[in-house]
Amino acid sequence: MAERPQDTFFEESNEMLAAMENALLALEQAPGDADLINSLFRSVHTIKGTAGVFGFDGVVSFTHVVESALDKVRAGELELTSELNTLLLSCRDHIAVLVRHAVEDSVVSDAAAARDRELLAELRQFASVSTQGAVAAVAPEVKPAAKTGGVVPSVGVNNKNWHISLRFSPEVLRHGMDPLSFLRYLTRMGELAKVIFVNLCNCSLQEMDAETCYTGLEISFCSDADREKIERVFDFVREDCRLVVLPPRAKIEEYLALIEKMDNEQDRIGEMLVRCGALTQRELEEALSLQGSARESAEGEAPRLGEVIVDRKMVAKEVVDKALHRQQENQGKTVISHSIRVDAAKLDKLVNLVGEMVIAGASTKLIAHTLGNSRLMESMSVMSRLVEEIRDSALRLRMIPIGDMFNRFQRVVRDVSKELGKNIRLEVNGGDTELDKTVIEKISDPLMHLVRNAMDHGLEAHAERSASGKEEVGTVQLNAYHDAGSIVIEVADDGRGLDEERILTKARQQGLVAEGVTLQQQDIFRLIFEPGFSTATAVTNLSGRGVGMDVVRKNIEALRGSVDIESEFGQGTIIRIRLPLTLAIIDGFLVTIGESSYVIPLDMIHECVEMESLVNTGSGKRKHVNLRGEVLPLLYLRDFFAIDDQRVERENIVVVQFGSTKAGLVVDNLIGEFQTVIKPMGRIFRDLKGVSGSTILGSGEVAIILDVPGLIQEVAEHNVAVSAGMNERNAMTVWH
Amino acid sequence: MWQAKKTRQGGYAAKLSGELNIYNAAKLKDELMAVLERCTSLSVDMSEVSELDTSCFQLLVQAKKECAKAGKDMRITAHSPAVLEVLDLYGMESYFGDPIILTTATDR
Repeated sequence: MAERPQDTFFEESNEMLAAMENALLALEQAPGDADLINSLFRSVHTIKGTAGVFGFDGVVSFTHVVESALDKVRAGELELTSELNTLLLSCRDHIAVLVRHAVEDSVVSDAAAARDRELLAELRQFASVSTQGAVAAVAPEVKPAAKTGGVVPSVGVNNKNWHISLRFSPEVLRHGMDPLSFLRYLTRMGELAKVIFVNLCNCSLQEMDAETCYTGLEISFCSDADREKIERVFDFVREDCRLVVLPPRAKIEEYLALIEKMDNEQDRIGEMLVRCGALTQRELEEALSLQGSARESAEGEAPRLGEVIVDRKMVAKEVVDKALHRQQENQGKTVISHSIRVDAAKLDKLVNLVGEMVIAGASTKLIAHTLGNSRLMESMSVMSRLVEEIRDSALRLRMIPIGDMFNRFQRVVRDVSKELGKNIRLEVNGGDTELDKTVIEKISDPLMHLVRNAMDHGLEAHAERSASGKEEVGTVQLNAYHDAGSIVIEVADDGRGLDEERILTKARQQGLVAEGVTLQQQDIFRLIFEPGFSTATAVTNLSGRGVGMDVVRKNIEALRGSVDIESEFGQGTIIRIRLPLTLAIIDGFLVTIGESSYVIPLDMIHECVEMESLVNTGSGKRKHVNLRGEVLPLLYLRDFFAIDDQRVERENIVVVQFGSTKAGLVVDNLIGEFQTVIKPMGRIFRDLKGVSGSTILGSGEVAIILDVPGLIQEVAEHNVAVSAGMNERNAMTVWH
Repeated sequence: MWQAKKTRQGGYAAKLSGELNIYNAAKLKDELMAVLERCTSLSVDMSEVSELDTSCFQLLVQAKKECAKAGKDMRITAHSPAVLEVLDLYGMESYFGDPIILTTATDR
């Protein structure tokens, strides 16, 4: 395990807390839904369980009370009223605090401790939950294990206890885990009828490594819990231990199998099993003599136990096979789960390697073409396809659906709507749209701001809404979808919309726009992203201070994204965020200017046209061309990058599009599609305009990857500044 | 954490205190070995041990095992609640062959 087990606990708890929150919010809509209540209970239970394994007592004692209350809800003894729901949400928040404290190993603050008591007192009001800690309440009402006696059936073992056999890996202590904590946790699920401490140390004290684990355990465990529940206790050491759980009244073969497994310590383990009461002495003798005689007959070579049994005609072969098969299945079950956690750094390394492979592949392909060997070329094209597939799947590993993040907003909307006294509904669309995990993490804060803004400023109060004939419940929408190689995330509301006049007046007052300058609607809307700009007359604690929207824009631009606003006065506002799909590899289009190669991201390219077909007069440099009736502004990359070469005769235009803006990039030659890995630019090149990275061509040459949004901005800025005779300040406010 | 003094006839009396966890395990091992080399018998007072984890516990177990092999007497003379809990969980109350007066162990 690369990361600390506590971190795993932290992540899992957070997942569980999110599930808890979702369930609670959904329950507000569908009160009494049994599935939701069960899922709620399971989340809390899991948090308690894992916290117990780590000995985070603060978390355990608090979650226990919550769990007990939920148990009553589940049993129908307690009704999940909206008050209780609100209280449970607060409890969830408090558990999050406790979990963080536990993981950081920090002392719980007085305020948090007070909150603890407060919430517990409230919870107890709802249900007379026992104040006796988790141990007392969970301890099952089981009678002490019956001693073996009387007639022993020939196949089953007469014992009511589970038998748990544990052999830890030597590393387990170093990983921060202590076998003791599992025992402690087991005591909460049942009774440890007998524990045998197995000292596995074969060396002297002197040779012992103080940090290595030499401890094994044989546990006879009396509990109502099922196998899964018992095995789950050991989830955190799954990779670090060999775990065998035998059910009560297990078949004698299973014990034999256990003895077989622990081959090198078989005498002792047999003895231990007897001491545990798992086997009677007679059963053990029978088992050992069986094995012993088999060993003799095979002249030293120990045959598999299954064979022994079949040879002795004790059980039909099919039955043994089936048993073995089932055993394997059971073992498989403990290992296979639906998802695995991988360190993000490992993923990055993989993606990086795949990137290198793409480059190497491109280089080989180039050589194949140069050699003109058709068989080689053929096999290379198969290989390229595979590499492409690997690349796609590697990148997909980093992609997660945005829905989880969207769902977090349900809670925000609920809380804020209560605070504002507005009735607000959140609609989420396209939650399964996938994008890069880093992007999702970074976009969460800006989105939060936009959603709060929409609720506070966008949506009107009830009275105002009904006066203008709208539905009383305001709607905020979060939408996500793919569009032209990027992801679009929309925050939409059906509120009052943006007031152009008011924004413009305010902007003039604040000196952001000079008097007498007319702006387009889009440009006026964009003013709200200016630092310090706010039209709100009242400052609430949610928004209105005029800080935030500019930060939102900055954060989005840092992700190579952009923001657009669409709004109709009185009807609502849509804020549209456009983000690149991924950050690592792109499909590019290779072009050359003079001797240098440039890569344009393919998904930004609209079309390629020959310059000559559009311009039939002279050699003068035109700033625009007429592309099928549309004005297309041009950017001469030769000039932009100051390449000191003669212009070639046949220039080409690559028409690129970002959002709704198009521009033409003038280049010399079009080479073709090219798959490429973005190598980020060094620190000193970060502010370089029009360049987003570099890459290495198959031939070993370096090619520059063009930053199309940046270039389009450049074109737009240039044109605006020239066209309307505006002053510098205006050009900046229009689009920077 | 470890104080040992010589008693009569080559016996040693050691007093352990504070946290006995994996961070101190290596030190505990050194101290145990140093004493075991010289002593004929060892009594360990653990009444002031605030924490005992598996790494240290298995050292004590191994020490006891080697003492038994060499015919030396090693016993724990006093237990703190933390030590008792570990002995109880591991079912090792009787391993160190010492009288323990407690209630939880009796219902096993």
